[in-house]
Amino acid sequence: MALDAKQTYVAEFASSEANLSGPAWLRAMRKSAIGRFEALGFPTQKHEDWKYTNLAPLLRVPFKPAILARPDGVVAEKLEPFTFGVLKTSKLVFVNGRYAPRLSYLRTLPEGVRILSIADVLRQEPETLESHLGHFARFQDDSFVALNTALFLDGAYLEIPKNTVVEEPIHLLFVSTSKELPTVANPRNLIRLGPAGPASVLDHYKIQRESEAAFHVATMSVDQDRNSSVMCHSMSFGGAMVRNYVHTLFRAEGGSLGLNGLFMTSETQQSDNYTRIDHAAPACTSVELYRGILDGRSRGVFNGNIYVRKDAQKTVARQTNKNLLLSKDAFVDSTPGLEILADDVKCNHASTIGQLDESAVFYLRSRGIDEEAARHMLTYAFASDVVNQVKVAPIRIRLDQLILSRLPKGSGLGESL
Amino acid sequence: MLEISNLQVKVGGKEILKGIDLSIQPGEVHAIMGPNGSGKTTLAQVLAGRVTYEVTGGSVRFEGKNLLAMKPEDRAREGVFMAFQYPVEIPGVSNAYFLKAALNAIRKYRGLDEIDAMDFVTLIQDKAKLLSLDETFMKRGLNEGFSGGEKKKNEVFQMAVLEPKFCILDETDSGLDIDALRLVADGINTMRGPKRSMLVVTHYQRLLDYVVPDFVHVLVDGRIVKSGDADLARNLEKHGYGWILEEAPKPQAARP
Repeated sequence: MALDAKQTYVAEFASSEANLSGPAWLRAMRKSAIGRFEALGFPTQKHEDWKYTNLAPLLRVPFKPAILARPDGVVAEKLEPFTFGVLKTSKLVFVNGRYAPRLSYLRTLPEGVRILSIADVLRQEPETLESHLGHFARFQDDSFVALNTALFLDGAYLEIPKNTVVEEPIHLLFVSTSKELPTVANPRNLIRLGPAGPASVLDHYKIQRESEAAFHVATMSVDQDRNSSVMCHSMSFGGAMVRNYVHTLFRAEGGSLGLNGLFMTSETQQSDNYTRIDHAAPACTSVELYRGILDGRSRGVFNGNIYVRKDAQKTVARQTNKNLLLSKDAFVDSTPGLEILADDVKCNHASTIGQLDESAVFYLRSRGIDEEAARHMLTYAFASDVVNQVKVAPIRIRLDQLILSRLPKGSGLGESL
Repeated sequence: MLEISNLQVKVGGKEILKGIDLSIQPGEVHAIMGPNGSGKTTLAQVLAGRVTYEVTGGSVRFEGKNLLAMKPEDRAREGVFMAFQYPVEIPGVSNAYFLKAALNAIRKYRGLDEIDAMDFVTLIQDKAKLLSLDETFMKRGLNEGFSGGEKKKNEVFQMAVLEPKFCILDETDSGLDIDALRLVADGINTMRGPKRSMLVVTHYQRLLDYVVPDFVHVLVDGRIVKSGDADLARNLEKHGYGWILEEAPKPQAARP
């Protein structure tokens, strides 16, 4: 009998362990991680966090390490559609999980700012990573993080020191090329910010768009220190199955966090958005806004968990998830969750699932706009709350284009707004 | 321009309009009055093409064409416009985008090119002035956060931009204070002309003090029970609907 998926990955680790770069502490961590992975196994739908997403289709695919995929034809021009027009950015490109220096370009950055590939850091100064890697995205209870920890080869390392402001966006572009051979890449990124002025501020944008055969399982761990401010935008346009897990922790008081998400699926796509916000310190504010637009027979999941611990007084937490179903066969599970142990807090959550408002469709049609265009306009309008949170205009324009490319009759909306 | 013959309409299985006959010639303003629940809004919505209303009998011809067979968007493109009693709020679609899309859809249907961007700006500036609308409202979401009065002004503003041949005004006076009522009425009056007809649906007479109709029809229980000129509306204001209800034949009431 063939090995099951778990055994395949464990065997892959065993055979490639010798080639996995890194100092002794990392090799020990990898070993420990694969051990945890083997003990945990892949989650099933019995697992509370995976209740709504069946991993069977993912586990059926015999993935090979992405390093075996040929990055043929990845030239700068082909990456043009994945950039942001006039926006000037430093850009690190990763092809099949490996840093591609010839496609990357670093602009002049403030003194002390460092952008490197994780592989380079491990070669040149592994001690930089020792006290950080694996401390935030913890593998003990998460088999995908465990697998990534055991097998990662590369990724981005970004360090911004104290009192330093990087105004220009930094673009990390991860490209997968494999067509004939199913491959898996395990990139790992680490971003460290020192406090700038009174607080540190990070705006993070993740735009995920992959082929309809792709699987995407991602974990983002955010660890916020005193008075820090983080805004995470997650814009997901699907693959066959996408799982975005965002886990944030307020470890000291005065932090603020915005989670701003949009997922848009069609046909048989699946998009699972799992967020966990841990208010472990007082006087922090989190605002979460996720919207889902589901067409065809696609399925979506929003699972939002907010924990307010006993000492986290003066917490403000707001969570909203709204979903729009464009077809009778589309389906979404929305589970907002709030667990409050402190008593002096302001928290609320709301979740809706609905269709386009037929009276709004009629209103637009009664002015001469045809039915399909009316539906596209209203669908675009539904996404606009989330898109308008994006303050960098070229990114917002790109998002508009991505949304409108699925709603051709709504074209022109972005520019007139 | 508009010929309604024996129009019968059901909503949710219930008979609301029980045989309406109404003929409107170019340039005429007709008012439909009636107590609550008489079918006024149903008549307006059926003419605009709302699908939740089931036409069970009769016909409506607009410039000789079968209006009831047309999709709502085609009715608008042919020149029918309804000012809604409750305009819908659509955050995320700006007034400007919406109105330009509507205007261009109508122009395309009539074989015209899309309106030039500068011409559009001039057009909306002119029409906004007419209704004392602040230009910044064009950038806001469609009716988003508008007061009741602003919504009604926006309806008449859209009507002024789209220049329909036949305007249905459904309770356009409701929710307006006296200043807004005057502005809206002035906007409507500016649009009166020998080629444009209007159907003003209202519960109260006060709008008709400003927009003086050529004909007034009283709708009771799904039927037009009395027609007259503007004096009829004044009489209704003075004496209420009671005397008409007594005068009118009531086949419904005769049933057990």
